[in-house]
Amino acid sequence: MTLDRRSMIKGAAGAATLPALSGLPFRSARAQAANTIRIGVLNDQSGLYRDLSGPGSTQAVRLAIQESGITQRGVTVEVVQADHQNRPDVGSTVVRQWLDRDGIDVVVDVPTSSVALATNNLVRERNKVFLNSGAATSDLTGAACSPNTIHWTYDTWMLAQSTGGAMVRAGGRSWFFITADYAFGHALERDSAAFVRSQGGEILGSVRTPFPGTTDFSSFLQQAQRSRAQVIGLANAGGDTINSIKQAAEFRITRGGRTKLAGLLVFVTDVHSLGLEVAQGLVLSETFYWDLNDKTRAFTQRLGAMPGGVRPSMVQAGCYASVLHYMKAVGDMGVAAAKASGADAVARMKAMPASDDCFGEGTIRADGRKLHPCYLFEVKQPSESRGAWDYYKLLGTTPADQAFRPIGEGGCALVRS
Amino acid sequence: MEDLLFELQLVMPQVILGVINGAFYALLSLGLAVIFGMLNVINFSHGAQFTLGAFVAWMMLAYLGIGYWPALLLAPLVVGALGILMERTMIARLYKLDHLYGLLLTFGCALVIEGLLRNGFGSSGQRYAPPPEFAAFDLELGDFFLPGYRVWVLIAASLMCLVTWLVIEKTKVGSYLRAATERPQLVQAFGINVPLMMTLTYGAGVALAAFAGVLAAPVYSVSPAMGANFIITVFAVVVIGGMGSIMGSIVTGFMLGLVQGITEVVYPEASQTVVFLIMAVVLLTRPAGLFGRA
Repeated sequence: MTLDRRSMIKGAAGAATLPALSGLPFRSARAQAANTIRIGVLNDQSGLYRDLSGPGSTQAVRLAIQESGITQRGVTVEVVQADHQNRPDVGSTVVRQWLDRDGIDVVVDVPTSSVALATNNLVRERNKVFLNSGAATSDLTGAACSPNTIHWTYDTWMLAQSTGGAMVRAGGRSWFFITADYAFGHALERDSAAFVRSQGGEILGSVRTPFPGTTDFSSFLQQAQRSRAQVIGLANAGGDTINSIKQAAEFRITRGGRTKLAGLLVFVTDVHSLGLEVAQGLVLSETFYWDLNDKTRAFTQRLGAMPGGVRPSMVQAGCYASVLHYMKAVGDMGVAAAKASGADAVARMKAMPASDDCFGEGTIRADGRKLHPCYLFEVKQPSESRGAWDYYKLLGTTPADQAFRPIGEGGCALVRS
Repeated sequence: MEDLLFELQLVMPQVILGVINGAFYALLSLGLAVIFGMLNVINFSHGAQFTLGAFVAWMMLAYLGIGYWPALLLAPLVVGALGILMERTMIARLYKLDHLYGLLLTFGCALVIEGLLRNGFGSSGQRYAPPPEFAAFDLELGDFFLPGYRVWVLIAASLMCLVTWLVIEKTKVGSYLRAATERPQLVQAFGINVPLMMTLTYGAGVALAAFAGVLAAPVYSVSPAMGANFIITVFAVVVIGGMGSIMGSIVTGFMLGLVQGITEVVYPEASQTVVFLIMAVVLLTRPAGLFGRA
């Protein structure tokens, strides 16, 4: 055997698909058991979004199943997980196999908007259920809305209005975006830019950074600084945001106080990685924070130790809450009906009020948008932090009916009909 | 003339930042080239060993209180020793087989190393603050601020490249090494312990990766994926420079950093792709690479 190009490509392709397939169950023979609900948790198990979703999301889903009491009614629930490596092609392959061969009824989580949009189509075609927690793009309840999908935790419109609004109110009228070059970054930049313009601000420019794989943001930060914008909007997430903020501090981008950094999507795990020394003063928006109130603290306690020693992110909390609500709907309509039509199960979820320890009382709109309050936080100074993972102070709360895009403005076909 | 000065002011920072990133490429591809030249092994765990270097430095600081300067020496030694262990127990068994087996083995090792780090420390990354003494070397050129630490990265990486090149090209050990690369049996017949030399070469190549990892720790987030992000580009650098060419990998490393830095301004979306575009062109026109012998 010689090392030629063909064998290299074969080896590389094989190596690339191996990690994705390793998470799949090989048990198609008993895939159709009538009283068994199968849940597939699809997310990033190995890359930059692992800590904020990853195996922690699966742990949250298992807790939801346990607390829903559905198993006491004779219903069996099976959970599998897989790694989509943040790649739409890998994610689509997994979802197809899950739905077509393994009898999966519900796909949960799916951060990385490009993968989420692909999953959204596949689940709709096969009339199953998609409970999205991890992805941000507001298109999931807009142009791409589906009767089979619920978008639970947060979206780009919400982030733009909450974090963007806070920056504009503080005097940041001119903006420059550093944007991750894929569906999520584009949606976040679009929604943020629209919001800034609607408030009378202006957009001086943007730069699109390759995703995934960019580690050095210094050149992009320099370009942003040279635009003389008052606000540098980071339309990226996870490891990209961490490196951007870290390197902005290294290059003293905000020195002189003229330029401010706006992390449009910052998770608690990002703040932990950055450390308060670097992250202090950062303004960010989340719909869940583990230390928000007694109920969120109780939830965190029940969840137990998380992989990698992290505290739950809002994405993991969303996985818990959405599966808990789905199980309520299943208990209400029966397993057979819920399995027969994903759209019916989602319709039942929309008809029932939601209530859980993470997001409080809430409702689900016709376009699939879950409504709950959005919180504006500021990252504490090191001296203010009293213990491990004590990172945020609450600046303000946007009530549920104002936190998300008005239902008529998203262009969702379900609403018009 | 003033226009030209203005243009220069715009481009200079990008050129400097590009060359600094190129220093990382050069260091990493140098280690790869040394290993491939001597062992004929395509070391796919190079990225993971780079990551390991950063993690060992971080662990030394977090658990043992060992600072940056000792870590710069100790971490490469520790990771290099691990590399030697890996060579003795696994890689040495594959020398008689095709390249592909070494590639698959080291790729598997990389997945194991990264997986262990992910399970132990999560994916978000650990923080490693740059040593404060570098603040004195911060440069401020108008709008452009260059942290002293990045200047140090450039100096340290260039020095290490130079030293490695001198050792291989100008010393007696280097001449044995080069001879053993060409005719291992003949060199062994002269009484030189070639297997030992191969082991040490692998250890040295791995130590180079770990050295780059320690240099990178204060710049990037110390995360299990930090090497994987680099290694793809670095392999392109090695292919462009010519497999096994020491000078080729150094020059190409710096050059591609520069090209990438400029692309980040001109057409940022393509700043990752541009390297592979160059690789494709080089493979079509000079299949042995810019500095390789056909």
